[in-house]
Amino acid sequence: MAIETQPDRAQGAGGGQPLTGSSARPWWRRPAIHTAIAGAVIGYVLGHLLGDYLTGATGAANQYPNIALSDSEDWPITLGYVFAIVGWLAGLGVFNDIFRQMIGRPNHVNGNGLPEHETSGLARYFRYSLDHKVVGIQYLVGMIIYFCTAGLFAMAIRTELLSPVNHVFTSQVYVEIVGEHGTMMMMLMSSVILGPFGNYLIPLMIGAKRVAFPRIEALSFWLTPMAFLILLSALLLGGFPFGWTGYAPLSIQSTVGADAYAMAFGLMGISMILAGFNIIVTVICYRAPGMRWSRLPMFVWAMTTTSFLMVLAAPVLVGGMYMLLMDRNAQTAFFVDRLGGSSYLYENLFWFFGHPEVYILALPGFGIVSEIIPVMCRKPLFAYKVAGAGMVGVGLLSFFVWQHHLFDSGINPDMRPLFMLTTELISIPTGFIYLVALGTFWKAKIRFTVPMLFALGMYFNFLIGGVSGVFLSDVPADTTEHGSFFVMAHFHYTIMGGLIFAFMAGLYYWLPKMMGIKLNTTLGKWQFWTMFIAFNSTFLPLFAVGMAGQPRRVFEYALNLQPLNVWVSISSFVLGFSILLFVINFVWSAVFVRERETGNPWNSRGLEWQVASPPPADNFDQIPVVLSGPYDYGVKDAQPVADLHPPAGVLSAAISQSAAIRAEA
Amino acid sequence: MAASVAEDAQGPGSGGPNHGLRIFLIWLPIAVAADLLLYFVYGPHMPPGKMSNTAASQQFDIKVMSVLAAPVMAFVLVFMAYSVIVWRHREGDEEDGPPIFGHARIQATWITVTAVIVLFLAGFGTYELAWPGFAGAGAGEGPAPIWKPDGTPLQVQVIAQQWRFTYRYPQFGGFETTALMLPVGEPIQFNVTSLDVIHSFWAYQLGVKADANPGVNNVAYTTAQQTGTVTVRCAELCGLWHGAMFNFGKVVSVAAFKAWADKTEVQLASVTKILPPYATTYDPTVVPQINKAMAKAGIGGANGYYYPPNDPVQP
Repeated sequence: MAIETQPDRAQGAGGGQPLTGSSARPWWRRPAIHTAIAGAVIGYVLGHLLGDYLTGATGAANQYPNIALSDSEDWPITLGYVFAIVGWLAGLGVFNDIFRQMIGRPNHVNGNGLPEHETSGLARYFRYSLDHKVVGIQYLVGMIIYFCTAGLFAMAIRTELLSPVNHVFTSQVYVEIVGEHGTMMMMLMSSVILGPFGNYLIPLMIGAKRVAFPRIEALSFWLTPMAFLILLSALLLGGFPFGWTGYAPLSIQSTVGADAYAMAFGLMGISMILAGFNIIVTVICYRAPGMRWSRLPMFVWAMTTTSFLMVLAAPVLVGGMYMLLMDRNAQTAFFVDRLGGSSYLYENLFWFFGHPEVYILALPGFGIVSEIIPVMCRKPLFAYKVAGAGMVGVGLLSFFVWQHHLFDSGINPDMRPLFMLTTELISIPTGFIYLVALGTFWKAKIRFTVPMLFALGMYFNFLIGGVSGVFLSDVPADTTEHGSFFVMAHFHYTIMGGLIFAFMAGLYYWLPKMMGIKLNTTLGKWQFWTMFIAFNSTFLPLFAVGMAGQPRRVFEYALNLQPLNVWVSISSFVLGFSILLFVINFVWSAVFVRERETGNPWNSRGLEWQVASPPPADNFDQIPVVLSGPYDYGVKDAQPVADLHPPAGVLSAAISQSAAIRAEA
Repeated sequence: MAASVAEDAQGPGSGGPNHGLRIFLIWLPIAVAADLLLYFVYGPHMPPGKMSNTAASQQFDIKVMSVLAAPVMAFVLVFMAYSVIVWRHREGDEEDGPPIFGHARIQATWITVTAVIVLFLAGFGTYELAWPGFAGAGAGEGPAPIWKPDGTPLQVQVIAQQWRFTYRYPQFGGFETTALMLPVGEPIQFNVTSLDVIHSFWAYQLGVKADANPGVNNVAYTTAQQTGTVTVRCAELCGLWHGAMFNFGKVVSVAAFKAWADKTEVQLASVTKILPPYATTYDPTVVPQINKAMAKAGIGGANGYYYPPNDPVQP
């Protein structure tokens, strides 16, 4: 892989030339979100009509008995969604470049040989942009919207749980809300850090001007609004009564809301595969000269490991969702016991994905806090290799523990000591993250900036979450804890207390880099303290509630648990208020105040901070040569992290040296 | 080179307070106090209680894990608290911290200690599962259980359906009832199955949880040690009324149980004749047939249901 400072030929089939002028068409004639919506609507209508034809609403039923046997609305809805997705992508212009190459016309490339992308203006954020920085911001706004929507559902759940006898919602609506909250969070938050921060920062951190597959990266983003809207539309179809896990045969029994669930989740799985694939290739192939694996920022290690998990686990989810759709729509019997299938098949397929999924949620959090604490402690990251081993170890072991979700389900009893062992073992690499943190805090000079506060909060929360995971891994204790609020408290501590706190830390830390503006520090500190106290007040009692016998996803519980539930519900409202504080801070600072923060406000040695904030259009004027690691704080006469304008000889020597090494091999 | 810098920066002769010793001295009393409180004061009251041998073994498990977890958590929290107090940035100090990149002995110690704790827990959990006296710790073992109690256990079949549990006693003619009555002091074998979707039979005070899958017999064992009330809840989301799928069982003396079982067997004999014969799993399509048979035999209400479909009772 040669690294070129100037390309000697433009890319593109047919020997394309760079475009000279900008496109002269007005904004409403260029593909963007409005054409995408139009495409989706047209696609849905077409698909629905096709489905109606197949199910015999127009008289063709006799030819397709299996289809006619399913719920009469299944096929129209499912096909409607499929065509809507295709229409959405077509309206965005995703297929334009592909068609252009097919007919031999040149693709647009700029003077650097990169796919041409707009470099200014607000409109590009509503388009299928090929600039990884634009995709990062699109992901950021999208993820905040998805998080807040799912959070509102959580507020509704806690409102219902204020009383075990007085019901705010009917049981139908309650179970729908539970499913929406869980699915929206688990499905969409898997890219909450890789999407905004991974996509935005990885090229900057490794010294690249681009990602390996800009079109795939942009596609992975544009699938998420579709997945979000399809999942929300389930509410219009009567919702789905099986939570985010979708266990068959309940999911086969359900009405059409389940089709929306399966489509949305499968679509998000595809988005995860694409995003992960792009990150892996970018990190392997696009590192600048001198950026050895041992100098890679810990955040990039975490993102790479997460991406491997996405690429390897999400296909199983997509397959499982596909089988579910077929069971529902075409009367196959993958998961129906009395017709030769097995409900256990679904459980195992789902959790084979589901367990790596929760590490997809946890690892980026580790990456962010490991990245932030050296900067705020002004010390190197303690035991870099151990941290890397922790990330890789967690990723690897995460594929070997999934049956701990199935300890009581009637699986082969011999399997349980094995999975108990692997689940206990995975806490060893997870512990490495704490070794690295404590070592970094030792004799440091800790600055309590807002990112550091959130990082400390993350370590506190994840400690509780992680230790409760050890309680759950013990099969006898799990007999009481499984399916109860103990599990709820465990995963909220690890996912919300870990991932979301890390997300906030990353946001306060990197927003000056990404948008060139500062988030208000006072409001940030208010947000942190409210969120931290309310979060612990909400979820700590739930350990006791679960141990006292309250199962998950219930709207009635023992009367003696009401005081605890009321406390938890009120705390959750305060927690929701703290998220509102965050949204206010974000919108106020980014849209109204726009207090400029260029340069390097945290004095970080990270390579991403050595360029302007926000970075120029192609990140670096020249590919830099990396001279030392990013964590060399306190080292006397430390080398700067990189030479951003290496003399011509240095770069070509590096290139020829690597070529010579390759020639020898 | 970095390692030697690290050694210098941390060596005992480098001057300044011995932070490691301080942290240890703050941690030790906290850990010991927490452990004593957890084991002796809270321990006897830990969930799920001691009403059955499986519940008692789970309580012991949780006690042991708490006693191990408390010092670990205390160490991390004390260290973090110490750091944010002692090693915070002082106003005006623009220096970086010492360039400590790692410390081989500390890393090795940490990895070893965490590995030992974790492997001990894995072994301990396996022992609690497999030791004959505990017979699988109340967890559902599937249709071919390997950890069974001694003696012949009382057979109780738990049939889960949307949205009610019913119980059949094959040793008493196979009658089916919504009342769960159990004898104290005898091993009990729960055969859990479902008629429609996945449910989960969770008898809290007995420490038993076994998923109910259609077409599968999931076996769980326990031996009740005290009489009392048992709360049974469904622990797997099974649709609309999952939250209302619960009932209460009772553990009574052996004599009282036998009297109840014999009496109920006689009382329900006409209904038992119409039910499908006792089996470890049932074809779910049989349920509508039962309703028809009931209606034909004149049993049940005008709607043909054996269990009237009223709203679930409030707790």
